[in-house]
Amino acid sequence: MKRSVAPVFWLLFGAGGMLAALTGPALVVITGLAAPTGIGLSPDFMSFARALSFVHNPFGKVILFGIIVLFFWHGAERIFLTLRDMHAGGRLTLMWICYGTAGVLTFVTVAALTMIGV
Amino acid sequence: MNGPRSYLRRTDTLWWARRTYLAYTLREATGIAVAGYAFILLAGLISLANGERAYDVWLNFLKSPWSLALHLLFLIAMVVHVWTWFKIMPKTMPRLVIGRRIVTQNEITAAGIVVAVAAFIVILLVAECVQP
Repeated sequence: MKRSVAPVFWLLFGAGGMLAALTGPALVVITGLAAPTGIGLSPDFMSFARALSFVHNPFGKVILFGIIVLFFWHGAERIFLTLRDMHAGGRLTLMWICYGTAGVLTFVTVAALTMIGV
Repeated sequence: MNGPRSYLRRTDTLWWARRTYLAYTLREATGIAVAGYAFILLAGLISLANGERAYDVWLNFLKSPWSLALHLLFLIAMVVHVWTWFKIMPKTMPRLVIGRRIVTQNEITAAGIVVAVAAFIVILLVAECVQP
């Protein structure tokens, strides 16, 4: 029997979904609402120097990598399954579009983290 | 008389936009928001890699009304995601037995939401503590 690759994507979907359920609302409030407006948090919360030292830290790198990449793979699997339900295209085409985009963005995330360095 | 009548699938391509499927479509749409938020973070990371001037452009974008409205939308989607995620979780996992008693699906959902609310509070408190 040919092995299916579906469990791999399913696992990434599950990991990203759980991470988004536990951290997503708080992260959106912090980086998207509180820090930019300065309401509840210092307006310098995400200043250049602080962001840079956060990414220089190995823990910061792992956190950012995990959040960005798993969120992408979670979204990719969801969008793929939904487009399948909508009969928007063939299985392979949709797989290439959804997983391909997530794959490229994973690569870009690694590249950006590497460029910033230690 | 009774010739071959092959099965014709309904050609309703907008079924997901119908009211009956509203809950389904809303739940699935949260995936767009989760990926969209990751995209904003990645944009910030790329601009950070390109130096202070590029990073300031990203920070200024975050301050724009467009971004604030977008993040408000993201927040609503994230809350829908939390709700539906833990609503579905008990259906995707093996039956949970604690002390010879089967834990009901509603209890698992409730526990998940409690953990999510606790995580929300803890992360915000950590952010408060580490601010300059």
